[in-house]
Amino acid sequence: MSKKTNVLPGFSLSLGYTLLYLSLIVLIPLSAALIKTTELSFSEFWHVVTAPRVMASYKLTFGASFIGASINAVFGLLTAWVLVRYDFFGKKFIDALVDLPFALPTAVAGIALTAVYAKNGWIGSFLEPNGIHVAFTPVGVVIALTFIGLPFVVRTVQPVLEDLESETEEAAASLGANRWQTFYKIIFPALLPALMTGFALAFARAIGEYGSVIFIAGNMPMVSEITPLIIITKLEQYDYTGATAVAVVMLLISFLLLLAINGLQWWSSRRNAEAIE
Amino acid sequence: MRYLSLVLLALPSLAFAATELLNVSYDVSREFYKELNPAFVKYWKEKTGETVSIKQSHGGSSKQARSVVDGLPADVITMNRSPDIDILYERGKLIPRDWQARLPNESAPTASTSVFLVRKGNPKKIKDWNDLVKANVSVIIPNPKTSGNGKYSYLAAWGYVLKKGGSDAEAKAFVANLFKNVPVLDTGGRGATTTFAQREIGDVLLTFENEVTLIQEELGADKFEVVYPPLSILAENPVALVDKVVDKKKTRAVAQAYLDFHYSEQGQTIAVHHHLRPQVAAVAAKHQADFHAISLFKVEELFGSWANAEKTHFADGAIFDQIYQK
Repeated sequence: MSKKTNVLPGFSLSLGYTLLYLSLIVLIPLSAALIKTTELSFSEFWHVVTAPRVMASYKLTFGASFIGASINAVFGLLTAWVLVRYDFFGKKFIDALVDLPFALPTAVAGIALTAVYAKNGWIGSFLEPNGIHVAFTPVGVVIALTFIGLPFVVRTVQPVLEDLESETEEAAASLGANRWQTFYKIIFPALLPALMTGFALAFARAIGEYGSVIFIAGNMPMVSEITPLIIITKLEQYDYTGATAVAVVMLLISFLLLLAINGLQWWSSRRNAEAIE
Repeated sequence: MRYLSLVLLALPSLAFAATELLNVSYDVSREFYKELNPAFVKYWKEKTGETVSIKQSHGGSSKQARSVVDGLPADVITMNRSPDIDILYERGKLIPRDWQARLPNESAPTASTSVFLVRKGNPKKIKDWNDLVKANVSVIIPNPKTSGNGKYSYLAAWGYVLKKGGSDAEAKAFVANLFKNVPVLDTGGRGATTTFAQREIGDVLLTFENEVTLIQEELGADKFEVVYPPLSILAENPVALVDKVVDKKKTRAVAQAYLDFHYSEQGQTIAVHHHLRPQVAAVAAKHQADFHAISLFKVEELFGSWANAEKTHFADGAIFDQIYQK
């Protein structure tokens, strides 16, 4: 293997810095959590993390986060498309609107969403008489998680879409591709890696979300309790080890899922590159 | 050398001149301390000529207690449940084990109780605890796992059955039926208030007597009615000085005086302004007319101790978890 020389010097320095930085910010707090759980024996640990209430909360947290991120993948792509490809009055305004879920304190988002979807709220007052319950049900959890994840997909897809030259689409059209073929053979493969990154970010963000969800979820055991609430509940009872045990399981599942998504993304971008060659 | 000792002599007196107490408290005691603290500052100034300032920190009880254990330099801690002060002994040895014996009435100068807030006109005719388990009644209680307020309501319902001569099994069935009527479990008392008052969910809200009066003042006396059940639980608000902190900051004397002030006639009267039941007998007798006569039982009377109640009812896998896992 030949040594590759980089244009910019300082590889070892910057790598060293990266490792130090990641250790300080990410690895040390996480390993503290792991060490804390060693206070439990394995059977105690297993008992804590597989209790029925905790199991129900995993299903809700990961399920609702997945649905929320999927909704964002579809509508985030659409939003990014509109913002990049069209010029219209108020575009800058809508562009700024997309980032709002980032800036808003999550508790404010939760309270606002609950106010809107409760039975006396703007939307809730139309839905509830028709038997559609959103606030204080798992549906409410999905809504909150969709809200907080929106910017991720839009902001990751947008720059890629901007770089995509419309000449390639014109070329495809002149070679006889119809609109649908142009989309799914030319545009979509180029966007897919960015879309998946956005999806992964929105998904990861949703898994950890607490502030906005607790207001709209109703927090009923076995039904609408998210895993972060289980952790907080254990902390409220001064059960630090139990809380970290559940946190470690969450971390592990999240890490594996993110790894899988990254793997998929790598596979799709490689396939895309091969297709172009 | 002489100068140095002069400087050293001057230092403690400098610290003395700016005595500052930090009172770490639970979430809803804000309004009470806004009135009590200036009264104490004035009292202390007149008595000793010393100026003291009192800083407040408010938040969820166990979060606050945890901060003190983790090093927040609180001179005094004021909570609405003794387990949130016990933790200072258990986790940090910041106070002695028998801290409750150091002040009168188990260190609880004030108390409240769980009562019912219903909508105007009391459409569901709720009068007593057994009305809460009826099929068409929807009840709002904060989550007993995360809220002291919720724990008191839960234990009050349980105690109601025992006081009527019921068994533990009957009490469990009663509480299970009660929580079947609870559509939302907010994590704290104020959250439950919002659900009931702003979202208009539920027929009755279970919360502290002092909160109910505040809700009526804030959200309109014409929208809600208070129902006092004939029997309820005594929710005591214990206080303690944090030995490790006051010894380090040399504030023991003023911190002790501050806690004693809670028991003074003036301190107790301020509690009455905020609808907290005074626990000093003489003051309580004077203000009897300000509070509804309810038969009140203590946690210790029916559940042995708070620690015991926590273990049997609220710990993971205990009775509260069981009623949701059928």
